[in-house]
Amino acid sequence: MPDSAPSPAADRPQALSAFRICDFTGQLAGAGATRWLASFGAEVIRIEDPVREGRWDILRGTPPYVDDRRGIDMGGAFNNHNAGKYGITLNLRDERAKDILTSLIEISDVVSENFAKGVLERWGFGYERLKEIKPDIIYVSNCGFGHVGPYSDFKTWGPIVQAVSGLTFTSGLPGLEPAGWGYSYMDHTGAYYMAMAILLALIHRQRTGEGQWVDLACTESALSLHGPALLDWTVNQRPSRRPGRPHANRSFWPPMAPHGIYPCAGDDDWVAIACRDQADWEAFAKVVGEAWCDGPTFATPDSRHANQDPLDENITAWTAQQGKFDVEELLRAAGVPVAAVMKPQERIDIDPSTADFGLWPTVRHAKMGDVRVDGQPAHFSETEWRFERGGPCLGEHTADVLTRLLGFSAEDVDALHAEGVV
Amino acid sequence: MSALAGLRVVELAREPIALAGKLLGDMGADVILVEPPGGDPSRDYPPFVDDEPGTDRSLYWWHYHTSKRGVVIDLDHEAGRDRFRSLIGTADVLLEAEPRRRLGALGLDYVDLARLRPELIHVAVTPYGREDAKSDLPFTDLTVMAASGPPWSCGYDDHALPPIRGPLQGYQTAAHFAFLSALTALLYRSMSGRGQFIDVSMTAASNVTTEAASYSWLVAQRTVQRQTGRHASVSPSRETQQLCADGRHANTGVPPRQPREFAALYDWLKELGLDAELPEAVFLEMGANWEGPFDLSRIGSDDEITAIFGAGREGLKLIASRVSAQDFFVGCQRAGLAVGVVNAPEEAFEDEHFKARGFQVPVHHEDIDRTIVYPGAPYALTGSPWAISRRAPKLGEHDDEVFGELAP
Repeated sequence: MPDSAPSPAADRPQALSAFRICDFTGQLAGAGATRWLASFGAEVIRIEDPVREGRWDILRGTPPYVDDRRGIDMGGAFNNHNAGKYGITLNLRDERAKDILTSLIEISDVVSENFAKGVLERWGFGYERLKEIKPDIIYVSNCGFGHVGPYSDFKTWGPIVQAVSGLTFTSGLPGLEPAGWGYSYMDHTGAYYMAMAILLALIHRQRTGEGQWVDLACTESALSLHGPALLDWTVNQRPSRRPGRPHANRSFWPPMAPHGIYPCAGDDDWVAIACRDQADWEAFAKVVGEAWCDGPTFATPDSRHANQDPLDENITAWTAQQGKFDVEELLRAAGVPVAAVMKPQERIDIDPSTADFGLWPTVRHAKMGDVRVDGQPAHFSETEWRFERGGPCLGEHTADVLTRLLGFSAEDVDALHAEGVV
Repeated sequence: MSALAGLRVVELAREPIALAGKLLGDMGADVILVEPPGGDPSRDYPPFVDDEPGTDRSLYWWHYHTSKRGVVIDLDHEAGRDRFRSLIGTADVLLEAEPRRRLGALGLDYVDLARLRPELIHVAVTPYGREDAKSDLPFTDLTVMAASGPPWSCGYDDHALPPIRGPLQGYQTAAHFAFLSALTALLYRSMSGRGQFIDVSMTAASNVTTEAASYSWLVAQRTVQRQTGRHASVSPSRETQQLCADGRHANTGVPPRQPREFAALYDWLKELGLDAELPEAVFLEMGANWEGPFDLSRIGSDDEITAIFGAGREGLKLIASRVSAQDFFVGCQRAGLAVGVVNAPEEAFEDEHFKARGFQVPVHHEDIDRTIVYPGAPYALTGSPWAISRRAPKLGEHDDEVFGELAP
C-alpha cells in the first residue's frame, strides 16, 4: 500500500471551496454526489441521527472491513463514499437540534438528501421551510421515482432502479433471463446526475441570485441513457424486447463484427475483441491465420454481421487455447481493438495505468487508519481534486462544526451531547 | 432562464463525448459541434428513420446531438485552423476526444489555445488520459469497459457464459465525468477568472464506477464474483430475479422483514385467493402478528423466525408466478416492498409514471415536417429549464450563421 504522503496538490486552489453543503445524503446514490463536491473543496457537512447511530446509511457498519474490528465506524464502503466530508450528529426529535440545523442552513448553499419522499418535510424542513430560512437555498432531493408522479411513494435501491428503467433488461444474452448489472450502476450514475444538478443550480444562482428545488428521480436519469433505442421505438415502433435481443456484447449501432467477449485459458479469464471495419478484420485474420478466416462467410462487414454465431464459435476455439494477456498482446500489436477482461486485482494493483493516473488515493480515517479509496477520473491543471480526510466517524466533527461555524463553546457542545441533542 | 444560457461550448465531434455536449446544450449552452469535411462517422449509424438509411436519417445522431449547431472545419488545413482559432476566441469550453497528440501536432492544444483565450476550459477525453501511451491504442466502448472493470462483475451464475457489458455505458460514463468537470471548472472560473485544462480518462471513469468490486479489493483484497441479475459478491447470495406469469421478470429486492410487511403480503395473498395454496401461510400470519422486534440475526438459529422469513420469500414467489410482472411490482410496492419490474426501455418509456413527469418530449423537425418524441430530462431543475432547443444539425448547417457571427 502506498505511503500516506501529503498530497502534492495540497497548496493548490480548490474549485468549490466557496460552497457549503448541508448534507443528509447516504448510501451511494446520494453520498456519491457530495463526494465529488468534497474532493474539489466544498465543505460538505453530513448530518446523522445520534439515536440510531447513523444506521439509516446501512453502509456505516457493513463489509468490507480493514481488520477484525466491527461497528458503525468501520464500514469500508462508507469510508469510500464519504471521504473528504465532515460528519455531525443532530437529534432532530429535539427542538434545540432543529434550531442548530436552522442555523446551519442559514450559512449553507445547498441542502441535499436522498431519503424517501416526505422524510425531510416530516422533520419540519420541507422546501418551503428551507426557503424561509434561506431564500436562495438550493434544495436537491434524489429518490428512485422522484417526488412527483404516480410512483413517488415507491421505494427503490440500485437494482430496482436498474430493473424498472430498462438497464437490467438491456444487459443480457438472447434467450436467457437478464444478466443485469452486478452492482448498483445507477447508485453511481444517479449520484453523478445529482452532482451535475447541484453544480447547475449553483451556476444558475451565481448568475441570477435565485435558488431552486431539484427533483431528481434516479429512474429518470437511467431511462435517459437509452436514447437511440427509445427513438427507434418512438419513430419506428421497434421494441427492444424482441427475438434475438438483447445481445449486450455485440454492437448494432454501429454494426461491428466480430464484437464480443471470448473465453481464454485460465481461471475465468476472458478477452474483449472488436473489429470496427474491414481493416481491423484483415489485421485480425492475419494474426489468427486459420482457414476459416478466408472463406466467403466472413469476407465482408455485412457477411460477418449476418454470421456472427459461427464467427464467434471460430474465435472462441482460437482464444480458448491462449492466455487473455497473450491474445491482448498479439492483437494490440496488429492494431485491433482488444482488452483483457480485468479482474479487480489486475486493474487496481497490476495494470500500471491506474496507479500512474493516481486513481487510488490513500485517505486517513480516524479509526481505520490509511485506506485506499476510489479517486476521480480527471486531472485539473488549476484546481486538482484531493481527499483531505477519510469518511467521518459518527459525530466526529460535531464539536468542530458547532464551535467553528455556529458560535457554540466547547462546554455548550458537551452539555448538548450529555442531553442527547447532538 | 436556462442555467447555461450565454455560454459557448465548442465540441469536436467524436462518439465518446457526444452525450457531454448534449447535456451542456440541453441546459442552454450554445454548443457548436465541429465536424471534419464529410462529417462524423456516427452520422451514418443505425437505427434510421423509417428504417431507411440515408443522409440525416440516423436516430443515433439525432439523439446525441440535440441542442447543438453544426459547422464544418478542416483542421488539416491552415485556413481551417485559423477559423477554429477564431471560434475558440469566443468559447468558454472546448470539449474534445481527439487522439492524444493530434491537437498538439496541429498547434491547437491547450498551451496554444490558452494564449488566445486564457479563460478557456479545455476538457480532453482519452482512453487512459493524456499522459499514458496506452491512449494511442485503438478502442471501442466494449474494450474500454472490459479493461476497466464493469464486465467482470456482470453476467450469469454460470461462469461458462461470458461476462456482460452494458452497451454504450463506458462512453456515457466518460461523458458524465466530462460534463461534471466542465461545470466544476465553470464555477471556479466565475470566481477566479481562470480557465484550465482537464484530462479525463475513459477507463478511469469506469474503474471508479464499479461499487464493491473496487473497494472490496482496496479495503480487504477480496474479489467479487458475478451472479445472475444481482450484485457480484465475495460470497454467493440468494437469487433475486423472478419469472412472472406473463413471461417477464421482476427483481424481488429484499424480502419482507417486518410485521407490517408480512401482514401486507398475507392480505394480498388472501385478496388473490392464493392463501390456501401456500403451505407456509400460517407462518406469514404469525409474522403479521409478531410482537417486538423481528430479529433477522436469528434466521437459521430460531425456528419460528426462520420459518416466517422463509414464508415471506415463498409467498412472493407464489404471487409472482400468478400475476404479471407489472402487477407484481405495483402490488409489492403498495405493500411497502422495494420490488422492481424488469422493463425493456420502451416499456418504461410508456409507463404512466414517466409520462406524468413529462419525460416524453415532442420535438418538431421542420425539415421533414414531423414531430418526433424524444427522451426527456435526466433531472428536474424547477428553476432552470431543460429543453431540446433544436434538432441535431445537418452537416455544415450553421456554417454561414456561426462564421458570420465570427466575422470581424
